[in-house]
Amino acid sequence: MAFKIIASQCTQCGACEFECPSGAIELKGENYVIDPKKCTECEGAFETQQCASVCPVPKTCVPA
Amino acid sequence: MTASMISLDRSASAKTSDNRLTNAKSDSCKSSSCGSTAKPDDMDPATWEKIKDHPCYSEEAHHYFARMHVAVAPACNIQCNYCNRKYDCANESRPGVVSEKLTPEQALRKVISVANEVPQLSVVGIAGPGDACYDWRRTKATFEKVAAEIPDVKLCISTNGLALPDHVDELARMNVDHVTITINMVDPQIGAKIYPWVFYNHRRYTGIEAAEILHKRQMLGLEMLAARGILVKVNSVMIPGVNDEHLIEVNRWVKERGAFLHNVMPLISDPAHGTYYGLTGQRAPRAIELKALQGRLEKGAKLMRHCRQCRADAVGLLGEDRGKEFTLDHIPDAVSYDERNREAYREVVARERGNHAAAKSEAIEMVKAAGPDGSLHVAVATKGGGRINEHFGHAKEFQIYEASPRGIAFVGHRKVEQYCRGGWGDDATLDGVIVALEGIDIVLCAKIGDCPKKRLADAGIRAVDSYTYEYIETAISMVYATEFGVDLLTGTA
Ligand code: SF4
Ligand code: SF4
Ligand code: SF4
Repeated sequence: MAFKIIASQCTQCGACEFECPSGAIELKGENYVIDPKKCTECEGAFETQQCASVCPVPKTCVPA
Repeated sequence: MTASMISLDRSASAKTSDNRLTNAKSDSCKSSSCGSTAKPDDMDPATWEKIKDHPCYSEEAHHYFARMHVAVAPACNIQCNYCNRKYDCANESRPGVVSEKLTPEQALRKVISVANEVPQLSVVGIAGPGDACYDWRRTKATFEKVAAEIPDVKLCISTNGLALPDHVDELARMNVDHVTITINMVDPQIGAKIYPWVFYNHRRYTGIEAAEILHKRQMLGLEMLAARGILVKVNSVMIPGVNDEHLIEVNRWVKERGAFLHNVMPLISDPAHGTYYGLTGQRAPRAIELKALQGRLEKGAKLMRHCRQCRADAVGLLGEDRGKEFTLDHIPDAVSYDERNREAYREVVARERGNHAAAKSEAIEMVKAAGPDGSLHVAVATKGGGRINEHFGHAKEFQIYEASPRGIAFVGHRKVEQYCRGGWGDDATLDGVIVALEGIDIVLCAKIGDCPKKRLADAGIRAVDSYTYEYIETAISMVYATEFGVDLLTGTA
């Protein structure tokens, strides 16, 4: 299982990138994207998905 | 390059040979004012040393020195109801707004280009669009690069305070002398109405719990900074019906904890910005409400009255924004810092501000001595340097002064839409300017045409352009004396 970023809503603030414990988020060109192979949904690391918890825009970091 | 080639005029290029200082008739050093400083009597020399070139911390310095913000820190760890970081509009001037986010490397290039072109530059700040302390890696990398290239430039940051305590030691080590914390409440019940959530210790908190965490961290950060002698400015956003009365208590709390300045700013809540407050119809305070609140806070922490609520990528003197001239596409790929312009400018200012300080205290004494109980509200068009040197039609803002038997005091500024564009004036714009000048008795400017002058006169505002290049306070004292029919002591000009 993995999370994804809805690119059209993202403000490119980059907070999710440095909060992600799995290093799954990267800026690719204009957009931040989550690598589904690396995303662990923060299982074992934190209680909540870090990207979704820090993202300023509702429903932007969501289950893929 | 010699000092005489540098102009105090903000719009003049550093390379100009047109020496406006000579025009400004101040180069002949008055024997009485030589060696005098502009330091206010009630300030200790160490503090004055820290703020004397900082346009935001010293009202006096804001006539001479410029700041620039580099937008390297877009990530934030809280949500404020007055902020929407998605929105950017080039015509908009408000904190949090930027057109271009920069990497630390790009920021360094921009700082060097500005330092070469704008000799007034004295401060490089990081004020978002997110939080400078949360997005710490970028803030730190930027400061280290800038300090290595331009060691004498002052560094400052703005923060919401949540991550601040984690970085106070590093800030002190990097010689960051100035930190602005936005503190809108000391009561979490009120905080819960301003902040929907905070992200702290890897989770999102909401409601009162969120506001409590933020409050504790803000107070801790403030105390830690004060203990290290770092000057703290507290910014508060005045939100009518939410925290307006409460800001009196905020003022008391922050003063007790060592805040140097308190800056109360009006909420900006245009629905078009898409903020929570904008969309829910929360109104902004009227200018008169803001002034009344500032009046009640006067006895607490020292108030700042010259804040322009600038964009997070603003460049230039406080009343202007030259940010558009320095976007990345205007900056060469390789830049190298040339310290000569800034050094020459500082020499000119050192001389000039001594003269200005002397002229200012002379003018204030004169107004006090004039004795009658008259009061005058004066709007001044200036490009900086503490002088009347801007055309009425070119002014984008007026600086407002009040002259009364208590002296001459700066009370704030009023923004206007520039009336004259490329030689023609627009009547509708002039109407707007006249509305903005409500309550003003006299406008002092370098030049004004007959037509706008007459329109102002019809609205009961006199425009005077006979004090061109004079110091603001000197001109006001002369107008005051004429107005109230007192004889001036001779030898003033
Ligand atoms: S859910 Fe967790 S692991 Fe997956 S991208 Fe978001 S922060 Fe990274
Ligand atoms: S935190 Fe949200 S808005 Fe910020 S970069 Fe990540 S997805 Fe985009
Ligand atoms: S927002 Fe206010 S405090 Fe910050 S730089 Fe602008 S004028 Fe100074």
